[in-house]
Amino acid sequence: MMSEPITPEEVTHVAYLARLRLTEDELSRFTEQLGAVLTHAADVEALELDDVEPMSHPLPVENTMREDAPQPMLKPSDFLNEAPAVEDGRFLVPKILGEQP
Amino acid sequence: MTSAIPDHYQSASSIAANVASGEISAAETLEQYLNQIEDNEKDVHAFNLVTIDEARALANEIDKLVSKGGNPGPLAGVPVAIKDNLCTRGIPTTASSKILQQWKPPYDATVVRKLKEAGATIIGKTNLDEFAMGSSTENSAFGPTRNPHDFSCVPGGSSGGSAAAVAAGFAPIAIGSDTGGSIRQPASLCGVVGVKPTYGGVSRYGLLAFASSLDQVGPFANSVKDAAIVHEVIGGFDPLDSTSIKEAPSPFTDLLGQGINNLKVGVIKELMGGIDGISDEVIARANEAVTALSNAGAQVEEVSLPAALYCLSAYYLIAPAEASSNLSRYDGVRYGLRVDGNNLNEMNINTRTEGFGDEVKRRIMLGTYALSAGYYDAYYGKALKVRRLLAENFADLYKDYDVLLSPTSPCTAFKIGEKVSDPMTMYVNDVCTIPSNLVGHPAISVPFGIGSDGMPIGIQILAPPMNESVMYQVAETLEQAGT
Repeated sequence: MMSEPITPEEVTHVAYLARLRLTEDELSRFTEQLGAVLTHAADVEALELDDVEPMSHPLPVENTMREDAPQPMLKPSDFLNEAPAVEDGRFLVPKILGEQP
Repeated sequence: MTSAIPDHYQSASSIAANVASGEISAAETLEQYLNQIEDNEKDVHAFNLVTIDEARALANEIDKLVSKGGNPGPLAGVPVAIKDNLCTRGIPTTASSKILQQWKPPYDATVVRKLKEAGATIIGKTNLDEFAMGSSTENSAFGPTRNPHDFSCVPGGSSGGSAAAVAAGFAPIAIGSDTGGSIRQPASLCGVVGVKPTYGGVSRYGLLAFASSLDQVGPFANSVKDAAIVHEVIGGFDPLDSTSIKEAPSPFTDLLGQGINNLKVGVIKELMGGIDGISDEVIARANEAVTALSNAGAQVEEVSLPAALYCLSAYYLIAPAEASSNLSRYDGVRYGLRVDGNNLNEMNINTRTEGFGDEVKRRIMLGTYALSAGYYDAYYGKALKVRRLLAENFADLYKDYDVLLSPTSPCTAFKIGEKVSDPMTMYVNDVCTIPSNLVGHPAISVPFGIGSDGMPIGIQILAPPMNESVMYQVAETLEQAGT
């Protein structure tokens, strides 16, 4: 097994992928704690399971479709009333590229 | 005062019978429970919100229906506490997280709707580990819940508020969710009955998703019979849940009172000392449960579930992987908290960084890592294969045995603060309960005596999918032997 199951650089990268920012303290604490979980998971990693089919779900369900018929639905306002920012009946977000004007 | 256990518990079935016959009103019943909450909730902190006005309105409706000679339903006037990760229309639903910021859902979870239709009085929203991630209810943004048997101890988790509410007599019934043991473990630590139904047996519509292939909603009660009655109310096909099972199971109360003569019970040796970390005292108590079932006429034998050795590792890869995907929706756009930034990406980062607590961040990062290129096959892929092995192990055992038995929790309730700083130590609390989630099978925790610390011990009965009636049958026998 590797000496370090996960490095601070990897934790920083994973945090960014998950849209989280870590302080220096958090980075060292989370690196150690995630390392402990991954060290424990080494037992699974070490298993020889080439012939075993993965099982992603307890039920063998296929796509579930309802009949394509009109049904009562919630109004857009039911959702928009609870949103942090709304304009013209839509969710409002900050500028997507670059800085705000 | 250091504890808050009432002298006796009233059963949900007797409340419903008395309310339906007009012997006592739903309104009077509700006030009894509100008084109990008034007296002890400041010490226990089972609730994020007690919905007094809404509960009184529901109770009055039931009383009106009864006075007109209508059928008020199988849970007439029964106060029910709801875990705060189940949507309640117009009533804040927080998942005990800052990121939802008192969000008010525009709809009721199917479970909540069914409870109301059955005449239940929804009494409030119970505390939990943030987004149901934890085994102690210490990971709540609103502070921990305390065990009603001893305020210095945790109630277990993540449905610790629901378990504590039933143990403290704040409600005869509570609803929780169980992804890796989050109903059964707190039931065990608080000395009440807790059930994880068959995956797909109870609708997940309106449950804030943690790990969608593992999450299941179920009841807490003071008796096996009450749990079975509530399970019948909340279970059944729901077109709004794409993993809901269409076939109707046999009624869960059918085999109650039948005894267990000649039933075959397998005792899972890996969870009776085969895996480290399960206390000797708990194992000794589980062995007494084995003797009790044997004395009641069951054939009891030791069995092996070899894949159980790898379940904890597999679970702590699969559940975080699914969580990292499910919790990506909390981005500051559609609901809850928004912390502004110079652009969309910064706003997303600021919102999630401020809104999520440490345990949720750990699991999101762990899941993101387990799913990332280069590690997917080694971690997530392998974990899914362990899941298959486990399902095959169970299928083999259920050819010969009606139910399986193990302890519910490896230990009795621990002290608040004792384990919260060491995630891996905390995760071991789920070692006996995780297998049922990985394969989607039902399991129940039944109180069975106390440990040397005076705290409750629970025994777990596991059953094949959609076979809850036999699970309840055996659990009832155990309940009678344990009291």
